[in-house]
Amino acid sequence: MWKDRSLAFKLSVFILFSTALIFLAAFGYSYHASRASLLKNVELQAQDLTLATVYKIEAVLQAARKVPENLAALISLRPLAEDDLLQMMRIAVRGNPEIFGMAVAFEPYAFDPKAQYFAPYCYREGRDQTAMTFIGGEAYHYFTWDWYQIPKELNSPAWTEPYYDEGGGNIVMATYAVPFYRETHDGRKFQGVVTADVSLKWLADLVSSVKIYDTGYAFLLSANGVFITHPKQHLIMRESVFSLAESLGDQGLRRLGQTMLGGERGFARLPGLGTGVQSWMYYAPLPSSRWTLGVIFPERELFADIQHLSWMVAGIGAAGFVLLFLAIVLISGTITRPLRFLAATTHEIARGNLDIQLPTVPGNDEIGRLTRSFGDMKTALKEYIADLAATTAAKERIESELKIARTIQMSFLPRRFPPFPEQHAFEIFGALEPAKEVGGDFYDFFLLGPDHLFVAVGDVSDKGVPAALFMAVTKTLLKGVAEPDLAPSEVLNRVNLELCRDNDSMMFVTVFCALLNHRTGELAYTNAGHNPPVLIAGGRAPARLDLPKGFLLGAFEESRYRTQTILLTPGDTLVIYTDGVTEAMDRDQRLYSEARLQQVLAGTESDPTEQLVGRVMTSVHAFAQGAPQSDDITVLALRFKGPGAGESGVR
Amino acid sequence: MTRIKVRRMIWIGVAALLLCGVAARAPAADGVLKRAVFIPQWIPQAQHAGYYMALEKGFYRKRGIELEVLRGGPNAPASELLQDGRADFGSLFLAKAIQLHAGDRTVVQLAQLVQRSSIMLVAKKKNGILSVPDMEGKKVGLWGAEFQLQAETLFKRLRIRVEPVAQSTTVNLFLRDGVEVASAMWYNEYHTILNSGLDPDDLSTFFFFDYGLNFPEDGIYCLETTYRRDPDLCCRFVRASLEGWRYAFEHQEETLDLVMRYVDAAGIASNRIHQRWMLERMRDLMMISCPTACRTRACSPGTTRWWAASCKTPA
Repeated sequence: MWKDRSLAFKLSVFILFSTALIFLAAFGYSYHASRASLLKNVELQAQDLTLATVYKIEAVLQAARKVPENLAALISLRPLAEDDLLQMMRIAVRGNPEIFGMAVAFEPYAFDPKAQYFAPYCYREGRDQTAMTFIGGEAYHYFTWDWYQIPKELNSPAWTEPYYDEGGGNIVMATYAVPFYRETHDGRKFQGVVTADVSLKWLADLVSSVKIYDTGYAFLLSANGVFITHPKQHLIMRESVFSLAESLGDQGLRRLGQTMLGGERGFARLPGLGTGVQSWMYYAPLPSSRWTLGVIFPERELFADIQHLSWMVAGIGAAGFVLLFLAIVLISGTITRPLRFLAATTHEIARGNLDIQLPTVPGNDEIGRLTRSFGDMKTALKEYIADLAATTAAKERIESELKIARTIQMSFLPRRFPPFPEQHAFEIFGALEPAKEVGGDFYDFFLLGPDHLFVAVGDVSDKGVPAALFMAVTKTLLKGVAEPDLAPSEVLNRVNLELCRDNDSMMFVTVFCALLNHRTGELAYTNAGHNPPVLIAGGRAPARLDLPKGFLLGAFEESRYRTQTILLTPGDTLVIYTDGVTEAMDRDQRLYSEARLQQVLAGTESDPTEQLVGRVMTSVHAFAQGAPQSDDITVLALRFKGPGAGESGVR
Repeated sequence: MTRIKVRRMIWIGVAALLLCGVAARAPAADGVLKRAVFIPQWIPQAQHAGYYMALEKGFYRKRGIELEVLRGGPNAPASELLQDGRADFGSLFLAKAIQLHAGDRTVVQLAQLVQRSSIMLVAKKKNGILSVPDMEGKKVGLWGAEFQLQAETLFKRLRIRVEPVAQSTTVNLFLRDGVEVASAMWYNEYHTILNSGLDPDDLSTFFFFDYGLNFPEDGIYCLETTYRRDPDLCCRFVRASLEGWRYAFEHQEETLDLVMRYVDAAGIASNRIHQRWMLERMRDLMMISCPTACRTRACSPGTTRWWAASCKTPA
């Protein structure tokens, strides 16, 4: 997968790919641009070459044309005697090397009223010799030959198609024929033609001297598109551009041939005439003869230099790619090696090995900074972990101490039930659930003399160790101060004074305390800012115990407390609790409330006190629905059973 | 020439062919080859491919004939060579043969090979000639006597006056507009014109054939005396020639190789593609094969009708 490939690999691929694209684009553009520019130059070059050759040929043809033109003009002017005519012809042939032979062919009976044929033909024989023959007769009816007929019918000088002259030279020739006339009463009358034969060998030599590159060449087409000259001998005088096109089934070549013979100049691409090689051709007409010169540039040789250059560039490019590839592999390896090492190292760190050595990276580049950041992180982590260990240790110590404190605190509270097994006049059960390890609530009860039970429930205005200590102090004071003859209010008065003294920590405590005469059922009680207990008495619904007013302990020395007394009948139950019960909150911050407490307590008059306390606790927990407990919860239930209850019940 | 004479000549030809079945049983029984000379009616080209091929393949020798094929052309007219005895057999146009028959040394037809007229007139559309009447007053290139017959008849029938110009062996005068109309053989000059750069669409073509002037052309002839002297030889010559023609049409490339050898030997400026066209047209003209013939380029509605009619007649 691409995503899983290494950074070095991705980097190499991206860079190489981009570079390859840029190189190819540049290479392609350069190749095509240079091709186009070369082609343009070649076209100009081809044009120059072609036109130069055309002029060279034209110059010779022009010279060849002059001779018959002059002779025709002369004959038209004045009829010549046979000897004069023949002499003139000999001189003309001898003096004009480009002319192979000359004929002056007359219309039937035009030269000699007795002779149907009169056509002396003077031709070159050897270097400076000329020979004379008379053509025409039944075997050579020259009147219907092109060299005679064309100028006659067109009434103008003309070059014939190249032909094998069977009557005269027996060689392939092109003939320039000029008609001559005689003025008569009826106007100008055609008398015959003067011709000059030009050897094609001479033309072939000239055209084949045009060499382009290694295999480029020039060729000449006749007015009919027949090859007059061509490097391929078998095409000459046999094939035309059209027969080639038909052989090759190439309509494009046929159309090109038509364009060429149309007397236009041009530059065209073609699949080689008879050679099958892709080529470019410049063509131009020879103005006087309606022949066409074509110059062929083989494409391969034309673009050989560019091709060579392109191969060189491609080679350099390829070598460059290899170098670039190696460089990228090297650099990306160098760049990513510390990264890879760092990755391995941080993996170790993540697994908790903070002592591992980070690689040393010189320099201040990204990798260096990242490595140093990792180093810093490692140090910070190490320090943090050390701090954490110390803090945890301290916390653990505190927690352990708090546990001890709680144990101690709990040991303050009477926790053995039933506390006085020999006493059956009353039943008592208390429970305390601290909000934190050590709470500020407390309860206490103890017998005072043979008839009295002292009960107290308190709530220090704070939690934790200070509250626990304050609670211990309060409890100890209560126990120390309480006496059978001392009214509960007096107990609180004294305890308040003690607490107010040196109460630097400004802690307060609410206390409800009562003195039960378990012989008579008289309950004397007082209150210092504590929640009113619930009394379940005489078959009535649970209700708030009527309390005397009294401010919490430890605030003001002046606070005074009053004692109130009720008489309990056997079966009456007093439930004393702290605000941890009624102010317990559910998740929606609603309070548990006294009403709910009283509702829970309804119908519990016959339950054992332990069960009653348990029911309240369960109810509170159910209400809280797992919401965190914010305060200590204390419930203490005291049921008066009457002095004889125990004996009769047990016995 | 009278109709009777023509009829007589044809009857002789038919009789010759019938006799073949009887006479050709024992060719060269004595093992001695009979010498004979054949003159084609024109220069070496695919028009005579069957004779060349028969000679090359030994079809004449097989039938006891030691044949010599002369080089034809304007300087060796077949009619002359037949009449002065330089050739025993020759190919001629039917029209020419009829003309010769009117003379002293009558010729007889041994076989009619070309079944329909292939001579035509060609004009450039750009010169405004789209129909025969458009030729009124124009210069028309015409060949010698036997080739003119149809043109003259046609012009006379349509009451058109043209300016005849003797046409050479080339069509250059026509190509250069020295004449507006040229004579052409479908298998020869017409293709030469096409391969001088003119497209079929540029040309108006007039087959005499389409104007009810269907003169059968190439046939094999000999002097009546020759036939009477040795009908068996005549018969064997015709059989070998026909076998040569059949072979030529069935082996086109081999035939073209041979034709080009004759062409080259005669120093004639021609090319293979031209000879191919000629050979294919000769097949169209000689072998009555309706579907292939009608696919060729210069096939007119009249041609199609004629072929359709010919096909109905069992050969």
